[in-house]
Amino acid sequence: MRPHRKKRLAIIAFIALSMSAAAGLTMFALSQNINMFYSPTQIANGEVANDLHFRIGGMVKAGSVEKSQDSLKVNFVTTDFVNDVPIQYEGILPDLFREGQGVVAEGALSAQGIFVATKVLAKHDENYMSPEVKAAMEAAGASPQNHSGLSEQ
Amino acid sequence: MLPELGQFSLILAFCLSIILGSLPIVGASTNNLLWMSLARPLAAGIFVFLAISILILAYAFATDDFSVQFVAQHSNSLLPTRYKLTAVWGGHEGSFLLWTFMLSGWMLAVAIFSKSMPLDFVARVLGVLGILCVGYILFMLATSNPFDRIVPLPPAEGADLNSALQDFGFIIHPPTLYMGYVGFSVVFAFAIAALLSGRLDAAWARWSRPWANVAWAILTIGIALGSWWAYYELGWGGWWAWDPVENPPLITWLFGTALIHSLAVTEKRGVFKSWTVLLAILAFSGSLLGTFITRSGLLTSVHAFASDPGRGVFILAILGIAVGGSLLLFALRAPLMKSEFGFEPLSREIFLLANNVLLVVAAASVFLGTLFPMVYQALTDNLISIGPPYFNAIFVPLMGILVVLLGIGPITRWKKTSLVFLTSQLSKVAMLSVVLGVVIPLVIVLRFSFAATITIVLAAWILLSMLRDIKNKTANKPDLRSGLKALSGSYYGMQLAHIGVVVMMIGVALTSSFSAEKSVLLAPSESIDLGDYQFQFNGTLPVTGPNYIGDEATFIVTKGGNPVTELYPQRRLYLASGTPSTEMAIDAGILRDLFITLGEVKENGAWSMTIYIKPFIRWVWLGAILMACGGMLAAADKRYRRLRSRSEEKAVNSGRAGLRTAI
Repeated sequence: MRPHRKKRLAIIAFIALSMSAAAGLTMFALSQNINMFYSPTQIANGEVANDLHFRIGGMVKAGSVEKSQDSLKVNFVTTDFVNDVPIQYEGILPDLFREGQGVVAEGALSAQGIFVATKVLAKHDENYMSPEVKAAMEAAGASPQNHSGLSEQ
Repeated sequence: MLPELGQFSLILAFCLSIILGSLPIVGASTNNLLWMSLARPLAAGIFVFLAISILILAYAFATDDFSVQFVAQHSNSLLPTRYKLTAVWGGHEGSFLLWTFMLSGWMLAVAIFSKSMPLDFVARVLGVLGILCVGYILFMLATSNPFDRIVPLPPAEGADLNSALQDFGFIIHPPTLYMGYVGFSVVFAFAIAALLSGRLDAAWARWSRPWANVAWAILTIGIALGSWWAYYELGWGGWWAWDPVENPPLITWLFGTALIHSLAVTEKRGVFKSWTVLLAILAFSGSLLGTFITRSGLLTSVHAFASDPGRGVFILAILGIAVGGSLLLFALRAPLMKSEFGFEPLSREIFLLANNVLLVVAAASVFLGTLFPMVYQALTDNLISIGPPYFNAIFVPLMGILVVLLGIGPITRWKKTSLVFLTSQLSKVAMLSVVLGVVIPLVIVLRFSFAATITIVLAAWILLSMLRDIKNKTANKPDLRSGLKALSGSYYGMQLAHIGVVVMMIGVALTSSFSAEKSVLLAPSESIDLGDYQFQFNGTLPVTGPNYIGDEATFIVTKGGNPVTELYPQRRLYLASGTPSTEMAIDAGILRDLFITLGEVKENGAWSMTIYIKPFIRWVWLGAILMACGGMLAAADKRYRRLRSRSEEKAVNSGRAGLRTAI
């Protein structure tokens, strides 16, 4: 083998090795950081393990929001119009959190079946419904209403 | 009537793009001078018609013409004029018009600043950009026309601009980001033109470099502006969320960063040619990917526009044709480009190669994390999301290695560097960095902190080895002053950008490690401690704005009894849309930011609120500004403005002849 070929081979081997090392580490990191997403119906069907950290999505049930007057605790119910899951959160809710609107919460189920959220995300745009919430609605057989900005006027 | 003229102008730009995308390219390969010389005026024409289009849309906003659907959806008669005008990019249709207009602006710039390049090359570059224009304008006309009317009954009032967008950041972030994003189309067009002409040589790299640097610098600023805006507007105290729409600009930026380094090797040493071309294609693909993700509604994100599968499919088609076509051309042509392999395992080439590998791996892992949920859903029907821990776990170590190498790379020499030379240069630098890293935190905060030590060691490592390099490079001059004068603009640009890396690294590391936050319920005249600061809440007063009402709270901040500042966060309700919005109050400082966001009022008059202390957060954006300045400085180096020398002319001709014989 001519020297410059050898050098080229060495460089290609170096790149291939570092790339595959990186790919391996990446896949490992990925597998450690996947947040599953479940709908209230999937939770009601018992598809979720008890100590799993996951995301839940649905609508904030109208009239279900109870805010404590002397602390930052909030309780509300999320629904896909078939099943409900009560959610407990301590903190400040996002600006766009409202009853009857889509919400995504991150956290885990308690032994009493209450979802204890560490993070609450509300949809960010009047014209926009998060795909997760929409999919959860559709999966539960409820048709999401049209949320185009104009039709709401 | 005017909106129809706007659409007509768009159609005219479309027709001109078709001509620009065909005749000059054909002319360049058949040596038809007339056809080639059409390129520059056509590019100018497209710019003019798109400018007319976007001005007419802005006028429709300014005059509250709610018969135009896009205006009705994104404006309101109460909206302040500056937001009416910028609401042009407040939704999908108008922002895509801005995107296309930015492309035509770059085309005009190429037409003007290309006097030193041969005509056939300019014709091909503008031709390729013309083809992109065809795709973009067709997309607008077919799926997202900003001039669509609501007939026969236009609404009397508009739906209003999203209240989160009514902010100074919205005025500057999207145009800057788009300008940077689209700038990589120019570098892409240079690469495609080089593949088409077979002129993949040092001259091509030299012509591309200033464009790549400028696009990169603007993209850097665009991303930093987005980060800064999100920080003070969204009110969650973060500056980067690994959001699926933040990621594509970052992917583009990482490829772009690899590209500007690889272009340096290609220009100076004539190697890595195919790799450089590939990076140009990848950076451009990153920008298209960003468009696709934002506009297809496939991923959940702060930025997502109203979803429409038809649009997604159309952009996917553009993406497929542009990326597939250019990769095919690359596969056909790249094997013909011979690189001489004249460098040793320890040389500047190798360090730049390592830089490229690290940046590309980082980009690829961000890409994977961004698209994996989508792929996973398609395969298993289960919804998942990938959180920040994944991105941090990959990104932080990769950037750490990059920063270590950054201290060595600039000192190494092209072709061959001896290990003895490197150790003699850097052993003292390394020792001094470690000493500084241990001593500085102990002296300043009187305690040891791992995060602070690592940060200072790395910062000192880069800065000291930079000084060492400057000392080397000025050693053969009689005095330091004349030595510094003799160094080129692009050398200073590089060092300035690298200082930017140091500054940003300090900001990222310290703000991530030492931030504090507290969510509390406070009644008026109560106070709370956070860090070394006391926050005294003095109640709220009602405020009224042009299109909102709200409450403004007063906070007195003290440190050890001494007054620091007063903060006035607001809680607003936007009248047209009925959306509540938080206006945080910030006391910005070079060493720390203090800020407060208001939540809501309880029955007993107490307010919920979150108080944050963010050390060194400003350094994150200051670093980005320094990097961008470095990129601009390098692009302004006078050697790019020189007319072509004879030797380059010869290189051009021999390159062409070489390819011809190869074919």
